[in-house]
Amino acid sequence: MTDAVPPRVRVTGPPRRSQAQRPVDLRADSPLSEVYLDSLLAAQLRLAGRILVLLALAVGSLPLVFFLVPGLAEQQVAGLPLSWLVLGVGVYPVLGLLGWRYVVRAERNERDFVDLTRGSG
Amino acid sequence: MSIEDAAPGVIAVSVVAIATLAIGTWGLRLSRTTSDFFVASRTVNPRLNASAIGGEYLSAASFLGVAGLLLTFGAEMLWYPIGWTAGYLVLLALVAAPLRRSGAYTLPDFAEARLGSAGVRATCSVLVVAIAWLYLLPQFQGAGLTLRSAVGAPTWVGPLVVGMVVLVNIGSGGMRSITFVQAFQYWLKLTALLLPAAVLLAVWAGDGAPAAAGGAVDLAEWSMPLADGGGGRGLYLTYSLILATFLGTMGLPHVVVRFYTNPDGPAARRTTLVVLGLLGIFYVLPPVYGALGRVYADELASSGRSDVLVLELPRLMVGGPLGDVLTGLVTAGAFAAFLSTSSGLSIAVAGVLGQDVFDRAFGRRLTGVAAFRIGGVVAVVVPLLIALALPNVGVARAVGLAFAVAASTFCPLLVLGIWWRRLTDVGAVTGLAVGFVGSGSAVLWAMTSRSTGGWAVLLEQPAAWSVPLAFATMVLASLLTADRVPVHTRRFMARLHAPETLHLDRSSS
Repeated sequence: MTDAVPPRVRVTGPPRRSQAQRPVDLRADSPLSEVYLDSLLAAQLRLAGRILVLLALAVGSLPLVFFLVPGLAEQQVAGLPLSWLVLGVGVYPVLGLLGWRYVVRAERNERDFVDLTRGSG
Repeated sequence: MSIEDAAPGVIAVSVVAIATLAIGTWGLRLSRTTSDFFVASRTVNPRLNASAIGGEYLSAASFLGVAGLLLTFGAEMLWYPIGWTAGYLVLLALVAAPLRRSGAYTLPDFAEARLGSAGVRATCSVLVVAIAWLYLLPQFQGAGLTLRSAVGAPTWVGPLVVGMVVLVNIGSGGMRSITFVQAFQYWLKLTALLLPAAVLLAVWAGDGAPAAAGGAVDLAEWSMPLADGGGGRGLYLTYSLILATFLGTMGLPHVVVRFYTNPDGPAARRTTLVVLGLLGIFYVLPPVYGALGRVYADELASSGRSDVLVLELPRLMVGGPLGDVLTGLVTAGAFAAFLSTSSGLSIAVAGVLGQDVFDRAFGRRLTGVAAFRIGGVVAVVVPLLIALALPNVGVARAVGLAFAVAASTFCPLLVLGIWWRRLTDVGAVTGLAVGFVGSGSAVLWAMTSRSTGGWAVLLEQPAAWSVPLAFATMVLASLLTADRVPVHTRRFMARLHAPETLHLDRSSS
């Protein structure tokens, strides 16, 4: 009977940070920091654009809808004109939801960016 | 007006004035440095700050004006409160966090830091003062109308009382004390509109929920949410108003200055989100008054006195002591509305005048606090004198046009300054000038002329053409002067957009 020889294990120190994994200094005018900043700006601008398009579709389209469908405004819902219900109450939860969605997404974009510049993402 | 009728109003106004002064004085003990005066030392948490923004923003136009306009013109006026709220969503998406991270005290500070030009700074200072005074004028005049309706005082008493309280408050504590005062005033205004609305709805239900009488206005037109009863003209006016309010909010001097008091960018975003909620809750109430007015107060609309609908509806529907209490409550809310908006605007003007005009006065260099106080006196006294001299400039129109001017000037500057690297000082000044002349000439025209036919509709509501024109001018003039793009642009943009957790250089903020 022979004891099985345990396989050799290589013992090393913690991995050293390579040049690319250092936090990027955004103040330096290097091509890399410029690329990183561009990516953050583009992501945040896309997000703002999406929210504003949703705002235009959900709220900005209403005058056109009431203009194109003349009888719509006078429709009664629970004894109140539809236009009063939609514009007086319905719009505000939509605005709040869009705002909430923006804040969550914008903070996520920033977290991703921080991870990226620290080299872990 | 008899003494018994005036008593609730007198008590309400006195209580609000005294509470405002007391909270302001308490704030004085906490305010010591220049930073306290200008931006409350940037230590205001999102919920308190959002209440303060709401308190400052809900002016007389929101508290009294909207309900009266709804009574007279119907659903088309619902676009005003929608625009005043949605403006914060646009502000949130495009400017809130970067504006806070820019680390500047005022709008001219931001412009100078971004473009490195004293000329841009001077242009912005003039615009801040112009827009704020255009907005302050109707606040003072509305105060005159309110005190006349509530206690039968001559119309010059209201502006004088509001002016004095604002002056004492600014002089004593600056931004820090004003923050507490305005947070208090948001909740006061909400309560003052919510409680009477609940009682009045109960009374209406008790009466068997009567339907609106077909009186002064045709019911079909009353439910049409387009200006002028619809048609192409109405569609233009409605969209132009939407553009002015959605984009103008970010350019109002008293709104912008509040963002500098947030601790960091994410806090600025959260503050804005809470503001959206607070405004949404408040703006559900004026339509209740407008609709109940159709049932119980139609004669106010036909006699052209719809501005006082909120103040008089409680007495028209409920008699006796309960009616008096409710009247006192709405009077207190209206008075708080004048005080808080006037304070906010005066602070913004005082900040600009203090930094740009009175930093050197009387032959010597003044301290920041002294300059701020002198700026505050000028900020209040000038529009006060104008309001006393010209008591009859259209109140609601002036506020609406202030939004159009802000949307045509500061909106392009902020949006392009934050998102577009190629903006130059020449481009900014040219765009500001074109936007100001375009919307400003419409303002002058609207205040002096009565004709509304044909092409005049473009001047009645200028935002639909003046905002795109200002944007286009700013972009074109910047592209033509591309060699003037500031050297520090990239670094400054990094500071505006990079999260605070990266610990960028913020030594100057």
